[in-house]
Amino acid sequence: MQQLILIFLGAALVNNVVLSRSLGICPFIGVSKQLKPSVGMGAAVTVVLTISAAATFALYNFVLEPLNITFLYIIVFIFVIAGLVQLVEMVLKKYSQPLYKSLGIYLPLITTNCAVLGIVMLNVSMYSDSLLTSIIHAFGSGAGFTLALVLFAGIRERMDANKGVPESLRGLPITMIVAGLMSIAFFGFAGMII
Amino acid sequence: MKKTDFSLVRKGILDDNPVYSHALALCPVLAVTVTAINGLGMGLATLAVMLASCLLVSLLRKVIPSQVRIPILILICASFATVVRFALQAYFPALDDALGIFIALIAVNCIIMARMESFAMKNSPLNTTFDAIGMGLGFTLALFLIGFVRELLGSGTILGGLITLPEAFPRTAVMTLPPGGFFVLGFLIFGFVKFRNRFLSGDSKKPPVKPKGGCASKACTMDCGEGGAPCNS
Repeated sequence: MQQLILIFLGAALVNNVVLSRSLGICPFIGVSKQLKPSVGMGAAVTVVLTISAAATFALYNFVLEPLNITFLYIIVFIFVIAGLVQLVEMVLKKYSQPLYKSLGIYLPLITTNCAVLGIVMLNVSMYSDSLLTSIIHAFGSGAGFTLALVLFAGIRERMDANKGVPESLRGLPITMIVAGLMSIAFFGFAGMII
Repeated sequence: MKKTDFSLVRKGILDDNPVYSHALALCPVLAVTVTAINGLGMGLATLAVMLASCLLVSLLRKVIPSQVRIPILILICASFATVVRFALQAYFPALDDALGIFIALIAVNCIIMARMESFAMKNSPLNTTFDAIGMGLGFTLALFLIGFVRELLGSGTILGGLITLPEAFPRTAVMTLPPGGFFVLGFLIFGFVKFRNRFLSGDSKKPPVKPKGGCASKACTMDCGEGGAPCNS
């Protein structure tokens, strides 16, 4: 149990998917202009990531490995993720209209989000022996993504309104520099878990 | 664009540089550019996948049904990414270790998806080749530059120890860590926009660059998912 908590915290804070693993930078920069959409995007990524981790674990261990075709895993995983995104979208649409309205527009964006594919591929190399560990790792990464995205959106809402930023640094350059500072701040977590 | 067009190569490197002016595919840009050599290797691997995928898409563009084009494009790109991955593992194992999962992640590279969808599906194989080479070189150059700066400031070497700067040169360890990637990229984009507005705006007659918000922005939903407008057509 303690180990699972450590894996969760490690994935969420120490090895933060965006700020330390450099995965999923695109949505991190693109959907962080306002606070509200960033929460939706974070939730959608977390849901898809957790389900994908379970699905790809089963597929890798019970289909690809017995058939000796693990070399196809990149292609297989992409299609599994794309299929799952569609499935989650359909389920949400049918059973929860409010949730569909808030998450729905972000779902298609995650199909080929490299955070999702990257984490399930890391699962294969790091936690291929335990389903629970894989899921916890994916869920923790999703939570870390959400945390980083929401914090960053909060900073950007204020920063974009600030007229003190020099003209030529506005837009992408200052966004990158702020993300770098945030990444340094997250390094503080490295001392938390050994 | 009917005729063969060499200017497509220049366009990909300068005017429409995928990293500096469109902020696409930032994950590999930030993750692997700890040294210039890694950046170069990643860029060339991406160039190879981009060239092969775009060329195949362009050859097949008349037979790919437009309703199911996205899965087909993903399949093509992922197949070539797998091939390149094994080629690297076989011939350049050290580079493959350094680049890690980012070689596999070429399969979901925004730039390749965008070029296949918005260019290769509509243009002749020859023009597509020029476009893919231009975009690939633009990407490679971007990665190389970031890697060069980070390596210089972070570990005080040029091109993997070809030249090692004297001990007196301060090494800033943070440059080799993820934050350094963000900083260097931010300043390089700033420099690129300045350079472009001063030297290139005259002949291309375009308004000053306003970088888009990355590949998940509304302007180009296509590269990170299905549907939506193509990226930088």
